[in-house]
Amino acid sequence: MTAQAVTVGDEIRRPTAIVRRLRRVSPALVLAWLAVAVVVAWALVPWLFSAADPTIGVSGQRLQAPSIQHLFGTDQLGRDVLDRVIYGSRFSLVGALVAVGVGLVAGTALGVLAGTLSRAVDDVIMRIVDVLLAIPSLLLSLSIITLLGFGTVNVSIAVGITSIAMFARLTRSQVVKVRHTDYVEAAVGSGGHFLGVLWRHVLPNSMGPVVALSALQFGSAILQIATLGFLGFGAPPPTPEWGLMVSEGRNYIATSWWLTTLPGAIVVVVVLSTHRVSRSLGREKRG
Amino acid sequence: MTGKTRSPVLQVKGLSVSYLRDHEATQAVDDISFSIDQGQLLALVGESGSGKTTVAQSVIGLLPGNGRIDSGEILLNGVDISRWNWRRLQTVRGRRIGLVPQDPAASLNPVRTIGANLGEVLRIHTRVRGSELRRQVVELLARVGIDDPERRARQYPHELSGGMRQRVLIASAIALRPDLIIADEPTSALDVTVQKVILDLLDDLRREYGTAILFVTHDLAIAAERSTEVVVLRDGRVQEHASTAEVLSNPRTEYARTLLRDAPALAGRAAPLPPAADLAAIALRADSLVQTFALGRKRDEFRAVDDVSFAVPAGTTHALVGESGSGKTTSARIVVGFRRPTSGRVEIDGIDLASLRGEALRQARRTVQLVYQNPYGSLDPRRSVEEIVTEPLRNFGLGDRRSRLAKAGDLIERVALPASVLGRRPHELSGGQRQRVAIARALVLEPRVVVFDEAVSALDVTVQAQVLRLLEDLQRDLGLTYLFVSHDLSVVRHIAHTVSVMRRGRVVEEGPTESVFGTPVHEYTRTLIDAIPRPSERVS
Repeated sequence: MTAQAVTVGDEIRRPTAIVRRLRRVSPALVLAWLAVAVVVAWALVPWLFSAADPTIGVSGQRLQAPSIQHLFGTDQLGRDVLDRVIYGSRFSLVGALVAVGVGLVAGTALGVLAGTLSRAVDDVIMRIVDVLLAIPSLLLSLSIITLLGFGTVNVSIAVGITSIAMFARLTRSQVVKVRHTDYVEAAVGSGGHFLGVLWRHVLPNSMGPVVALSALQFGSAILQIATLGFLGFGAPPPTPEWGLMVSEGRNYIATSWWLTTLPGAIVVVVVLSTHRVSRSLGREKRG
Repeated sequence: MTGKTRSPVLQVKGLSVSYLRDHEATQAVDDISFSIDQGQLLALVGESGSGKTTVAQSVIGLLPGNGRIDSGEILLNGVDISRWNWRRLQTVRGRRIGLVPQDPAASLNPVRTIGANLGEVLRIHTRVRGSELRRQVVELLARVGIDDPERRARQYPHELSGGMRQRVLIASAIALRPDLIIADEPTSALDVTVQKVILDLLDDLRREYGTAILFVTHDLAIAAERSTEVVVLRDGRVQEHASTAEVLSNPRTEYARTLLRDAPALAGRAAPLPPAADLAAIALRADSLVQTFALGRKRDEFRAVDDVSFAVPAGTTHALVGESGSGKTTSARIVVGFRRPTSGRVEIDGIDLASLRGEALRQARRTVQLVYQNPYGSLDPRRSVEEIVTEPLRNFGLGDRRSRLAKAGDLIERVALPASVLGRRPHELSGGQRQRVAIARALVLEPRVVVFDEAVSALDVTVQAQVLRLLEDLQRDLGLTYLFVSHDLSVVRHIAHTVSVMRRGRVVEEGPTESVFGTPVHEYTRTLIDAIPRPSERVS
């Protein structure tokens, strides 16, 4: 490749469109996509990455430090921490998906209603949203879990509900902007039904920033679910949930740092990666 | 002229400018030369993309970051400033070269008073401060014809009208008596009567101070009326460069001839009255329309449309003419059923549109369609042209998929677009092409009445002329009835059969276009007509 490039001088000076596009992609973004892809693969086909059962320990191999055999070390029951992280990604990702789904669907619906219906409906919805925003999200999700009961799905729903307000606000602002454009009015003027115009013109043109926000929310949902798992509101042991793993490892923090640090680092990497990806999505939408 | 030196104030020699985009240079201006003497007004005429603004920006050193002067000289009083850096150019900007920008709304700092905005140029270049500064500011405001200048100096930009803001900008351009004023489309955002006042003011200043003016415009009529010399640009090249009288009487290039023919103000009367228009049935009748808006919390109300009535015979064009705030757009929106009038009736084929609601109103929309001013905003950016044109048919469940497509294809051909645009999205089309798509969408339902809200104002003159010809053809072939809303009297005179002149929500004069323009009765109509640029009656 390099030899060819040197001989064909013209191609270096006038790179093709694809090469130019590639040059503009930042390495951080590539790494972020890679991290997201790996975690998704973990969640979909964990058995390809580890053979062992993440819930059954080997009693002879308790609390071993990271090594070639156990990259992330083992825990107090002799379970491989990396295996548990790999199998745990499913709970975190599915949980985050459900959470974002709840927030996206309910938030967008509320936002669209507020943005299109009468002033009174708008006022009522947006004041409710203000109240939701005023309550700290951890407190809100804890109260919802006490209402719904413990468990992975309930935790996800609780986390999703805390993000409804944000989705509703953003969607409403977009819808209000798009609704007053000439093309939406033209669609009404050419005989479009209210719902048809909403579906064909208003929604597609206002969803750009909302999509970027859901990618962003995905990261923070993982973090929130892990937080609730850490506090003991999520899946019961021995589920390999990331937050729960950090919580269980706390008891050994003085002697076995890897039990808390490495799962925690994975959470941080995934959250940062989704954040980076969502920023690039947002920029493309704007550009 | 006294015995001063006769060397030109500004001399541009072989100027070439290119823009760097995605690592590739695009030539925007190619080998342009001209010069302006003291007290002269040179008009740089061209359509969008012709490079006229690029030339103006190069002269004052304000090219965008990716723009670059490739070659050529820009001599200001004999000194080449084309290679000067930013700091050095600051010494001539404002002091030797004044700039009057295009958009008066965006060019004043909204959080500072008019006095502070205007005083800034004096603060930067002179040592004048305090009460002397205030005195000079008030003097300048008075010079550009702003009444009660002391009060105005204390007001903020939003409290002034567009015309007054443009005067403030002119005042700031002449504050230091520069040798050269660059005016970049200074009147295109203004009403015709205000435009005339601003152009007169520039003329006065030119005569009084001997300032040279580089006047950038797309409007050949204005150039013809005001300039001594015209440079016609196209695609960055000089097409024609001669004295104004010569360009008007004896254009040498085909392009200049096209521009002359297409400029509505120069083209004169064209649309003949359709035969027996008075015998035809009335297609659209507006009856004592009133639209009021509440002002604040008080009981005061603002009458945006005040007892407006007109009747349009089938197959003819009626124009609503007026300046901004005259209520013409509000009236048009009532006619298409987007706004329910406070009182009054809109009858299309005997059905009162203003009384309908819900499904009945939706069905009635088939009879009347609107074409918007801005073709960039009226087409959904995410839909293909095909989807845009067939959507009205889908809305009313007319025909099946194949027949709808066939119909869209027919219409695209009718509006003189190639069939290949069907698969494209709006952003791939030019402004004129988009407006044709918007017209096709309006026609696909075969409406009785089409309302055009400033539908050609955003287009270049040659494109405008093409679209107007298209509208005339369509009207003749399909028997359409048009309601044409415009501030541009030359266009109206060109296309409308009958006209209503509106002012502050009221119709002040109405009748056949010929008689309203030929023998205007109302004083306001006369003012409007006088404001149309007229090269034949220029004062030298």
